[in-house]
Amino acid sequence: MNALPTRKLEAWRYTDLRPLSALSFGAPPVAVAVPDLPELPFPRFVFLNGTLNPTLSTGFAYAKPFAAPPTFGSQPMAAINAEHVGGGINIEIPVGQDAGEALLVSQADGVTPFAYHPRHRVTLGQGAKFTLIEIDEGAGTYWQNAVFEIEVAEGAVFQHFRLQRESMEAFNTIFIHADIAAGASYEHFTLTLGAKLSRTEIEANLLGQNALAHLNAAQLLGGTQHGDFTTIIRHKAPNCPSRQTVKSVLAGRARGVFQGKIEVDQIAQKTDGYQMSQALLLSPDAEMDIKPELQIFADDVKCSHGATIGALDEEQVFYLRSRGIPEADARQILIRAFLEEALEPVTHDASKALFEEVLESWWGRQ
Amino acid sequence: MLEIKNLHARIGDAEILKGVTLTIPNGEIHAIMGPNGAGKSTLSYVLSGREGYEVTEGEALFNGENILEMEPEDRAAAGLFLAFQYPVELPGVGNANFLRTSLNAIRRKRGEDELDAVAFLKLARAAVKQLAMKEDFLKRNVNVGFSGGEKKRNEMLQMAILKPHLAILDETDSGLDIDALKIVAEGVNTLRDETFSALVITHYQRLLDYIVPDMVHVLAGGKIVRSGPASLALELEASGYAGLEAA
Ligand SMILES: Nc1ncnc2c1ncn2[C@@H]1O[C@H](COP(=O)(O)OP(=O)(O)OP(=O)(O)O)[C@@H](O)[C@H]1O
Ligand SMILES: [Mg+2]
Repeated sequence: MNALPTRKLEAWRYTDLRPLSALSFGAPPVAVAVPDLPELPFPRFVFLNGTLNPTLSTGFAYAKPFAAPPTFGSQPMAAINAEHVGGGINIEIPVGQDAGEALLVSQADGVTPFAYHPRHRVTLGQGAKFTLIEIDEGAGTYWQNAVFEIEVAEGAVFQHFRLQRESMEAFNTIFIHADIAAGASYEHFTLTLGAKLSRTEIEANLLGQNALAHLNAAQLLGGTQHGDFTTIIRHKAPNCPSRQTVKSVLAGRARGVFQGKIEVDQIAQKTDGYQMSQALLLSPDAEMDIKPELQIFADDVKCSHGATIGALDEEQVFYLRSRGIPEADARQILIRAFLEEALEPVTHDASKALFEEVLESWWGRQ
Repeated sequence: MLEIKNLHARIGDAEILKGVTLTIPNGEIHAIMGPNGAGKSTLSYVLSGREGYEVTEGEALFNGENILEMEPEDRAAAGLFLAFQYPVELPGVGNANFLRTSLNAIRRKRGEDELDAVAFLKLARAAVKQLAMKEDFLKRNVNVGFSGGEKKRNEMLQMAILKPHLAILDETDSGLDIDALKIVAEGVNTLRDETFSALVITHYQRLLDYIVPDMVHVLAGGKIVRSGPASLALELEASGYAGLEAA
């Protein structure tokens, strides 16, 4: 296997993969348990231990046979993925087609540790529309190392909403590469709740005028969880907006990472970039590392970025309690309010409802 | 309703309340006046249970129960309400949701049925109208971007909906225009009955023209230094607080 990246690499400074390299992973076992599937009335792809399950999956008009993967430059996890890749979805939405939504469920049952490396591909033709809701979940110890290859042609809109609620012993790493053409949008939101260690890395290229990228995330971590959200947005054409709101809620000894790089090419005049990363530390032992990075070679651009790390405002907690709201509820209300800005861009009702529902149960666990 | 006996409280090393004694019988409205920094807001915070204050002596009985040992939310459920001198902004929390959550939390604690969204909205809209507030107040985030006067009205909206037994109004009149002042006074006056008392903290006689108090107290240097009928406020307005601290 290609070597796992170490902290000597600048891009991996805050995420130490030694807990992952310490384990040895076997081949994925054949899944036996019949999983609980989310009740969303959409066409769905269900992967059990990395293999597409034809019984649990429904048909989807725009699914193509799995295709051999390209590789992505020097990205180390993608290289490992390419070495071991076993399957994935391949969706092509034709020009002008509004394909509605589909669900991608990946369930794993790691009775003995195993790894799987899915490779997914989604392409949208000009003016097409598609929403993909992805749910990663499981039990026991396993490692999912996924790669997503995304192409959004002129004027098309791809909404990609992810719920990562892997087992607390699991590892989840994903590398997403998105090419976004003129007037097209890639709207991404990841809600990270699970995994012992996770990293969501996105590379989004804005290739034509008015291409839009939304790379939003919320991570709610407790115990000794580690969650990393790392992005690169490359503005390679003029007049492109990019938006990032990343919110981390960290309890226990959890550690959150956000690295957000924005590159603005010389021709990318009138770039409009916005990046905000905020962390709420619910315990004195929680930690957040934030690294914004702007590389701007054009002279007429608007790029704002900001970062805050803080605790809940006790004044606000008291205000709510003075109105009869029990302390735990008051804190929950304020944490939910803290997340609002990241969730707001999720305009797809069913996805929003799913996220609200799992957030509700997260409070219960704390 | 409320009996405060020899209440001493400190913040860190600083003793702010130095033996406050004050009784508000059922159905009465008392005003507290006094110089800046006298401890008026401190008294209201200690009564409502804000953290950071250490009560070193004394007690505060609310309908016979020492509320100083209760959690803030339990004091609210028992019927205590503080209209904040500086209402707190809650970005990301919708006003209607906030109001309904607090009303239902209180109703639940009292063993009453919770109100559903429809019943609540009906109640809230009526209260908004009564207070001559814009309807979009319910949709906005709690106090975010509200003007000073709007924040005070929002406190009164909460009071109208939660219907407390004892309301402490900490300078609710500050920053209010004349019309708003009358509306606030009306809000208090409509609640006025045997099961409702109020402690009105103010710097100005003006409010007391509309909410006529049963008694006026002067808090200075952490103690009540003088008490008298409503006319005391007029007297203070003429003479100021000079000389009172020593009394
Ligand atoms: N957190 C704190 N730490 C130290 N001192 C404090 C703190 N909060 C209040 N004080 C002090 O306690 C005293 C009483 O303050 P308080 O706010 O109760 O006054 P007040 O009577 O309400 O005044 P005003 O009329 O200006 O509202 C003041 O001297 C103030 O500086
Ligand atoms: Mg004050």
